[in-house]
Amino acid sequence: MTRILHTPEEIAAVFTEKFGDAIGEVTITEWAEGVKKTPNRAVWIRMSRDVFHDAVQCLVDLDYPHLGVISGADIGDEIELLYHMWIYFGERGREIKVTLAVSLQKSDLSIPTIADIIPGAVYSEREKQEMLGIRVVGIPDSRGLFLPPDFPEGVYPWRKDETGIREDMVKDLWAVGRPTDRPAPPVAPKEEKKKDEEPAPAGDTPEQAPPAEPETGEVKNDE
Amino acid sequence: MSEDSKNKATFNVPIGPVHPALKEPILFTFKMDGEMVEEVDFAPGKCHRGIEWMGMRRNPVQIVHLTDRICGICGVSHSLAFAKAVEQIAEIEVPERAHYVRAIIAEYERIQSHLLWAGVAAHELGFDTLFFLAWRVREESMDVIEYLTGNRVNYGIIQVGGVRRDFTEDQFPRIEASLQYYEDIAGKLLNLFLEDKTIQIRCKNCGVMSKREALELCTVGPTARASGVAMDVRYDSPYAAYGDLDFAPVLPHQYLGLTNGDVYDRIVVRLLEVVQSIDLIRQCLANMPPGEVLWEKKYPKILAACKKATGEAVGRVEAPRGECLHYVRMDGNPNPQTWKVKASTYSNQMSWLKMLKGEQIADIPIVVASIDPCMSCTDRVAVVRHGRTDILTKADLHRLSVEKTRRLAQWS
Repeated sequence: MTRILHTPEEIAAVFTEKFGDAIGEVTITEWAEGVKKTPNRAVWIRMSRDVFHDAVQCLVDLDYPHLGVISGADIGDEIELLYHMWIYFGERGREIKVTLAVSLQKSDLSIPTIADIIPGAVYSEREKQEMLGIRVVGIPDSRGLFLPPDFPEGVYPWRKDETGIREDMVKDLWAVGRPTDRPAPPVAPKEEKKKDEEPAPAGDTPEQAPPAEPETGEVKNDE
Repeated sequence: MSEDSKNKATFNVPIGPVHPALKEPILFTFKMDGEMVEEVDFAPGKCHRGIEWMGMRRNPVQIVHLTDRICGICGVSHSLAFAKAVEQIAEIEVPERAHYVRAIIAEYERIQSHLLWAGVAAHELGFDTLFFLAWRVREESMDVIEYLTGNRVNYGIIQVGGVRRDFTEDQFPRIEASLQYYEDIAGKLLNLFLEDKTIQIRCKNCGVMSKREALELCTVGPTARASGVAMDVRYDSPYAAYGDLDFAPVLPHQYLGLTNGDVYDRIVVRLLEVVQSIDLIRQCLANMPPGEVLWEKKYPKILAACKKATGEAVGRVEAPRGECLHYVRMDGNPNPQTWKVKASTYSNQMSWLKMLKGEQIADIPIVVASIDPCMSCTDRVAVVRHGRTDILTKADLHRLSVEKTRRLAQWS
């Protein structure tokens, strides 16, 4: 198998030429570590949803990519999906990261599946559906993945709007307090310092202010 | 097996939620045709902890310590990947020496993880003496990790901008002694695992995945390499000190002359990677540049740099099980706007669907273990047979696997 290794600039040019205006911002980054500073190069291509499926096919035609993961960000009115892919692996230091990013309006959160091109993508697509509440059109398997079956509908953990995790679903470990049915700790708990009052007198208040006992038993589980 | 009635007998032995053999729970559903697996389905998420959600409410210096706790085995991979992502966004230059410290500890992690896996694989086959040997040998790397970082797990050595502890010249003899130890025992381990007749019978042509399938299913790490995909983040996109070191990805044909993509090839790749790690650590020790190991000693300053940063980046490292990837987006707030963690097993799980198809029920444990699942194992297996769903526990499966080994050993 002979591979033609393109530079990030050439890859970006392939996409802008083929899809024209549908391609948005293109960023090329480089990052190097070690003494020899071997560069890791990346192309980030933002595009519209209409050409996205063809763009993935276009990348496959260049070199069959490794899909690392699909990540998603809630950025206000839109949800941005980023498909992190790598091509030219197996060539020392020549691998290029190609990220195809698509923004979806929250009023229409659907995106075509790429599982017909990269079958392994279905795993990550399933995760995006349940974590971000998007709809992957044509997904071969639309079940949930990580969330428990009794997880409330219409709640999407990665969303930052009203459909995100509600306050009442969060249990802060610190607020649970010590279990009441255990023996007292060997060391007396530290007394609480009042911030705005006068500085606490040094050590002569043994009985005063045992740490406030939170209601432990009740807050544990809501089932 | 011929007596169908024997196979139908099911019983339920509750063990868990944490299993003695493997680490984390996952539910498999197998559709069986007699002894043969016809279809596989799995449901992960039995211990989803919402770490990404927690991280998006913390700042990068706090998250580094949270990433340490994502996995008990790849403790350094996750924190390294996350630190790399943040360093790229904030344009923090890591001192050269820190890159070498990072590579050394990452290679020790690979040694201990692969030996742990080798022991588990031997156990799944019913070869418990080899399991004990592998885990005893693994202790040496755990001891060195403790000697170097202060901890056996959750090393807490990575910080955004470098590492929190330097490896000094006076520690090198202890490191060298451990490398010598592994070099001496490597031949014995290779011989025991690869030349043993029983292991060969059980593992060769078992759980096969072709190169094409490995690519299409987005597999990573030793699982992909055992199928002949030359993919190793250390080599393809060098990070830390790996760009300066002389090595190449381990592929099964280098040892066997050909690639089968079976369980045996996965053993070959992992064991040879242990040997390779010895060499990589030696190279690191020999070429370690002098200097600082942290970009900024005062943590508030690191935090201030992270707070100002805007942008997005992907930190990617080769964990023992394969590519480990963290996507971070910062928007000028202390907490990341987005944080996505992708562990290696995330990419490898889909390959079970291919590998297990057509295998015997007794081969399930070793095939499932062969990708070194971090979120493992067959906690409870639901078997759909004759339209009926029965539950087999991990213990039942292990028993079946051991029985098969015994049977084969008698015949051979």
